[in-house]
Amino acid sequence: MASESRRLRLKTWICAAIVVFSNVFGNFFLKRGMPPELPSPLSYIAALFEPWVALGVALLIVWQLSRLALFSWADLSYVLPVTSVGYVLVALIGKIFLGEEISLKRWAGIALIVGGVALVGGGSHPRSHATGAGQ
Amino acid sequence: MRWTCLALIVVSVTIGEVLQAAGMRRHGEIHDFSPGELGRALALVAHNRFVIGSVFAMAIGFFANMGLLSVSELSFAVPATAVTSVLARYYLKERVNWLRWTGASLVICGVVLVAL
Repeated sequence: MASESRRLRLKTWICAAIVVFSNVFGNFFLKRGMPPELPSPLSYIAALFEPWVALGVALLIVWQLSRLALFSWADLSYVLPVTSVGYVLVALIGKIFLGEEISLKRWAGIALIVGGVALVGGGSHPRSHATGAGQ
Repeated sequence: MRWTCLALIVVSVTIGEVLQAAGMRRHGEIHDFSPGELGRALALVAHNRFVIGSVFAMAIGFFANMGLLSVSELSFAVPATAVTSVLARYYLKERVNWLRWTGASLVICGVVLVAL
């Protein structure tokens, strides 16, 4: 029982790490390759063929698939807060690589997010329900 | 444009997340991560109407996200969409203990500050 719990926790953390990094870098590459204006619906489609945007989209597909896997055993109320550590990483990447100004309010927000993530991920169990046997 | 995109993301991604979580819960836990088994799981999931619905909702959210990223900072666009985590929870019957609520509340307060 203890080893099952350990296995589940390890699997959850590995999958959550993939979810976080694919989302953070997917959005970063999307932002990097995005034109400053998207005036028409066609320009959205054209933007998808920009190399950086295409890389971002590929990573966001990885993000979606890894999230689907994670949702197959973990609660939404566990997954969403734990993977929200990505918001911190996104702010840091925005500052370091895109030269974005991060105000004191934003840093305070980041500190609250880290505290919340530590509470949710450290003291609770990923799953509060029994999963189905599959289709 | 900025707030329209954000509103569209929040609505579509919330619907997408609820459908995705409901669909994957029906599917059951994925135990085997070998490519063959993952392919089989993907084929099963592709016939799950909850997951199919979530893909449509997420696609709308994705294009709204592209619009938001084109007009605002990365450090605003991504954290601001975390509002979906609050909304999605109301639609799923999960047991949420006080520690999760406290942690989730801190996360949400943080997201609000980051977005200001």
